[in-house]
Amino acid sequence: MISKAKLLIWLFPVFALGGIFPGGIHATEAATTVAAGASYAWWVWALILFIVTLIMGVLAVLGGVGGGVLFVPIISGFFPFHLDFVRGTGLLVALAGALAAGPGLLKANLASLRLAIPVALIASTCAIMGAMIGLALPTNIVQICLGATIIGICILMLTSKKSEIPDVPAADRLSSALAIYGVYHEASSGKTIDWKIHRTVLGLGLFIIIGIMAGMFGLGAGWANVPVLNLVMGAPLKISVATSKFLLSITDTSAAWIYMNQGCVLPLMVVPSLVGIMLGSFIGVRLLKIAKPTFIRWMVIGILAFAGIKALTKGLGIEFM
Amino acid sequence: MAQESQIQLEASEEQVVYAKILEKGMLVGLGILFVTFAIYAFGIMKPYIPLNEISRYWGTNVTEYLHNTGIEPGWAWVTMLKYGDFINFIGIAILAGVTVLCYLVIIPTLLRKKDLVYAVLALLEAVILAVAASGILGTGGH
Repeated sequence: MISKAKLLIWLFPVFALGGIFPGGIHATEAATTVAAGASYAWWVWALILFIVTLIMGVLAVLGGVGGGVLFVPIISGFFPFHLDFVRGTGLLVALAGALAAGPGLLKANLASLRLAIPVALIASTCAIMGAMIGLALPTNIVQICLGATIIGICILMLTSKKSEIPDVPAADRLSSALAIYGVYHEASSGKTIDWKIHRTVLGLGLFIIIGIMAGMFGLGAGWANVPVLNLVMGAPLKISVATSKFLLSITDTSAAWIYMNQGCVLPLMVVPSLVGIMLGSFIGVRLLKIAKPTFIRWMVIGILAFAGIKALTKGLGIEFM
Repeated sequence: MAQESQIQLEASEEQVVYAKILEKGMLVGLGILFVTFAIYAFGIMKPYIPLNEISRYWGTNVTEYLHNTGIEPGWAWVTMLKYGDFINFIGIAILAGVTVLCYLVIIPTLLRKKDLVYAVLALLEAVILAVAASGILGTGGH
């Protein structure tokens, strides 16, 4: 049973967001959306975007999720920006985060280039297809699919397990042929861990779906990359998280170019969002030592669930709050 | 034995090269983006769409936006660098394009190590990203 306290924790940020953006939260038609967008000066929206993405950046780190998965549902649900621009911006925001983290993770040998290259080839190709599909479909269809996906992500976040060091009896033929294995130093135990992967073909197949969804919705794919790398392919959790973060720099690049070439990038949205998320992530890392991640994770799931329901009802043309 | 373990713990040569270029490209792209955004936001260069009019467009879909503003999609922004809003695309393009450079740079290292499979995979990825960046993949819009 969900306690009243948890329910309040889930719903409080939602009502707070509704109070800040009365125009955005009630706008379901393009005309009213435009009217709501025009009600504030341009710099007000840039400032609000910066503040909201800064909070998102903090919550993303504390909640153990990517900033990208928060950006699209929340901004498209509570701001007057069209989903086309939100997706283009969301991909660039996720890309920037991956570019910031990627080099360090590669140098530390936590992100594996050998694991990433074949996975990225499939994911990035499919992200291009996803972006093209997403831009060709009517907006309400994309909203419905986005809403359903976000709700699915919430369920995944509630139910998924993680395996610190999965049991991989033997590397399969494909990963052996590609020499996808490695060694890393596990600081918590002081041990050196040899890792290898299996179920490589299945994992690569799942990245087809991940790539399409990332491109279609403008989401960062970390929420899906990590479970597939860790639970399906058997890479250690730290290697999976690090490689996933690095992977986003490739997957999101391919889809971002499609959105950019179609005109879906507005600098006035991109730069404040990018700065906000990166600064928020920086602060979140500092707060990680003192914050209660479990509480934050519940709050993040609550916000995402509300944003998912909002996207779903928006696509179905149903008034919701 | 200890030296072999240390070598294995360290990132491979191509991984380090990739990381260094990715880091430099990210810093250059972000730096340029912040400077150009300041130029745009403070009105130092006149934007194509005045700042107080941008909110008229961001609620419409991209097809309507391009039609109403007369902006051409694809790489047409390169011809519009005299406007404050479009100079921001320089930094964005660098951030989006640095990964292609990283892949191209590691190919000689992979070939030298006789890692033909990964050299081919890296080349394929660079080609795919370049095709995405080229703008030849249109969607037709909503």
